[in-house]
Amino acid sequence: MYTYLLLCILLITTGAYFGGKARAKTIAEASGGMRTLHSLPSHYGMLTALSYAIPALLVFALWRIFEGTIVTSLVTKSLPIELQQLSPNRLSLVLNEVRNIVFSGFASHNADPAIQAAADLYLSTMNWLKNAVAVSTLLGGLIPGAIAYRSIRKELRARNLVEGIGKVILIGCSAVAIFTTLGIVFSVLFESLRFFHAIPFFDFLFGLQWSPQTAMRVDQAGSSGAFGAVPVFAGTILIALIAMLVAIPVGLLAAIYLSEYAGSRMRTWAKPMLEILAGIPTVVYGFFAALTVAPLIRDIGQAIGLQVASESALAAGLVMGIMIIPFVSSLSDDVIHAVPQAMRDGSFALGATRFETIRLVIIPAALPGIVGSILLAVSRAIGETMIVVMAAGLSADLTFNPLKAVTTVTVQIVTLLVGDQEFDSPKTLAAFALGLLLFVFTLFLNFIALRVVRKYREQYE
Amino acid sequence: MHTTMETPATTTNLLHPSKRLRQRYRAERWFKRLGLLAIVLSLAFIAFLFFSIFSDGYTAFKQSYIALDVNFAAEEFTQAKLAHANFPGLVKKAMHSMFPEVDSRRGKKELESLVSPSAAYKLQDMVEEDPKIIGTTQKVWVLAGDDVDMLLKGKIDRKEKQSNRRLKDNQLAWIDRLISDKKLEQKFNWNFFTAGDSREPELAGIWGAVKGSFLTLLITLTLSFPIGVASAVYLEEFAPENKWTDLIEININNLAAVPSIIFGLLGLAIFINFWGLPRSTPIVGGLVLSLMTLPTIIIAGRASLKSVPPSIREAALGVGASKMQTVIHHVLPLAMPGMLTGTIIGMAQALGETAPLLMIGMVAFIVDIPGSITDPAAVLPVQIYLWADSPERAFTEKTSAAIMILLTFLVFMNSLAVYLRKKFETKW
Repeated sequence: MYTYLLLCILLITTGAYFGGKARAKTIAEASGGMRTLHSLPSHYGMLTALSYAIPALLVFALWRIFEGTIVTSLVTKSLPIELQQLSPNRLSLVLNEVRNIVFSGFASHNADPAIQAAADLYLSTMNWLKNAVAVSTLLGGLIPGAIAYRSIRKELRARNLVEGIGKVILIGCSAVAIFTTLGIVFSVLFESLRFFHAIPFFDFLFGLQWSPQTAMRVDQAGSSGAFGAVPVFAGTILIALIAMLVAIPVGLLAAIYLSEYAGSRMRTWAKPMLEILAGIPTVVYGFFAALTVAPLIRDIGQAIGLQVASESALAAGLVMGIMIIPFVSSLSDDVIHAVPQAMRDGSFALGATRFETIRLVIIPAALPGIVGSILLAVSRAIGETMIVVMAAGLSADLTFNPLKAVTTVTVQIVTLLVGDQEFDSPKTLAAFALGLLLFVFTLFLNFIALRVVRKYREQYE
Repeated sequence: MHTTMETPATTTNLLHPSKRLRQRYRAERWFKRLGLLAIVLSLAFIAFLFFSIFSDGYTAFKQSYIALDVNFAAEEFTQAKLAHANFPGLVKKAMHSMFPEVDSRRGKKELESLVSPSAAYKLQDMVEEDPKIIGTTQKVWVLAGDDVDMLLKGKIDRKEKQSNRRLKDNQLAWIDRLISDKKLEQKFNWNFFTAGDSREPELAGIWGAVKGSFLTLLITLTLSFPIGVASAVYLEEFAPENKWTDLIEININNLAAVPSIIFGLLGLAIFINFWGLPRSTPIVGGLVLSLMTLPTIIIAGRASLKSVPPSIREAALGVGASKMQTVIHHVLPLAMPGMLTGTIIGMAQALGETAPLLMIGMVAFIVDIPGSITDPAAVLPVQIYLWADSPERAFTEKTSAAIMILLTFLVFMNSLAVYLRKKFETKW
């Protein structure tokens, strides 16, 4: 139904374009040639087309937003008075029943006559509304379109108007980034506030017990659950720490070798090879960590007489560290490259070896940038999800033993939100509170890292 | 500049380096080896990862089939509808007739378990397609059960104790007889490329997930490419330097580094709970992924606009083009290859993304192939995650095979991006 409507709009818009263009041409010819026009004929066409399409699409969008509300409120009013006075929850059940009858196309066997009547009304309102949407959308654009068409004159500054509209569209597109950030903030903040209503903020932040799964029913024993996030944070930090212990030395050494020792031939093939590590999907790393690395570490541990959990923090951390190597190495490579050649030459001239130059000149000079890249890598490690979901544990033990199973913030978000969700229980809302903390923390890290890197770049430019 | 090096105590020359100089050269060599080691380690890991996945997954492209001589006896098809006939019974009879010596109840059960439950559906399809085969005996290749398949691929150890093995000794003997009679063979696994998900490993296929991924990426591309290009053009060519522009820029840079799971929370709270879009559908997945890929496209787009030399703009402005005309007619076409490269790389990232899709419910078990963007669907990485979680041994090789397919797509997309970059690279 609505596809045809959109096609109609497209068709009329095209027509408006050619109509406007033709009218501009006739006007130009009547008043002594093309050069008397202020803008190109296509600009007049574009102006007419936009004057039709934009209002039409706006009307259409408004209808689509309020359509559901209109139908629901009309149907609710038609219901018998005793049904109308039900609590909102029960009322929405009744409305659902009505919708089921409408959309499945046949009445359930023992449908209440009142509900059946409501369903009939629903259907007729929908049909009526569909026509109203179609007509008003098609007509809604016609008046402004016609005004634009009528007002085409040789003095009309069509190009400026069209370009102005274009610019507004461009600004709108670049504002999407801001709306995304706002959307993230509001979606996690709103649900988190509801969570902190049930669980005090400081109990969440400093509690030592995390067992959200017990809170299922109010009348259940021990139904309060435990939402102390410290064990979850500890697990996240432990795994991120193991990852950074792998990624920082390997990534940094690789970056230094590539930029200071390797010849240009080696650089051209080794750098893309390292980038492959960043291109492999994280679910692949997760599968690899869970099925290959974790059993390997467990077997090695058993061979030397250590008790290693099959979902050890070590396995997840190691694989995560390898995934992060390219983030450290490519960013560090950039900042090492940015160190001016004159500083190297000066050091060599004083008789320093390459290693001494790197250790005493290049690394101190590039340090802010390197720190920035490490901070970005840390934020990546903390927010990484699939590796830990597949290879790390679920139980929140407060331990710093890398051979034991620990859980992380992202694992908890996934386990709390996958499956049944009840947006009135702290169990589901806890995921949003964890998400809020994750967002704030990574935002903080990114912000500092980006500032450090930017400031550093300016220093040598 | 300061230095912490002490002056050597003894004078020396290049032919007779002092102990201190030798030490310094040794440190130099060690450091160089360490750097090389770091690179070799990383590359060795890539090789190890690819090797372990490929060696585990290539077997999934073949599947074991058993040849049955099925007697479509006319008395079996007396019911009003063909579908009501006892097709599982036909399969069992065919198995029993191959091994008439098995007569115990338990033995028969063990014998029947060698064939996949899908065999009955296959017979049904055959009869419905061509009812004339009723009354005849046909040789039919049906899927073997997943344990038989694992044994043929060498993934069940015959030397293991019987109680620890999925297949008992008598079953092994039957399988060996089937093999020597040429009634048990491995054939190319077309089913894997055409079927949707299934609880039975031998039936599970990747096509549903591939199609889901395709639909999701289609939404992502149609949303993120125009918006990304428009934002890049605005920020690079039009935006005045003020606080508003700064705010947008900081936002984009931060969004590029926000953990992907947070975008999933956004999708759950806004697209599903607030807008009421249906769960686990490509449309919601596409919306979430397009918000995620936008920063990538914008950053790549700006870099590529920046590389267009100012002389092009000045020339266009000089002959009287407006700012907008300059950008649309001259700057944008020149910057397009770079923008496309960035878009393809963003799409490749979106194709491999899993975590945000888990949040919007794309982890449901879905057998049907999605037909439109509002049908529930799985995507490739989520399918990999689901199979990796399955306890059956046979799903491990399917997981690896699915990873191989995902990696193939990614390699293809990235090579396309590299090719585009090489082909249209202009040195000004």
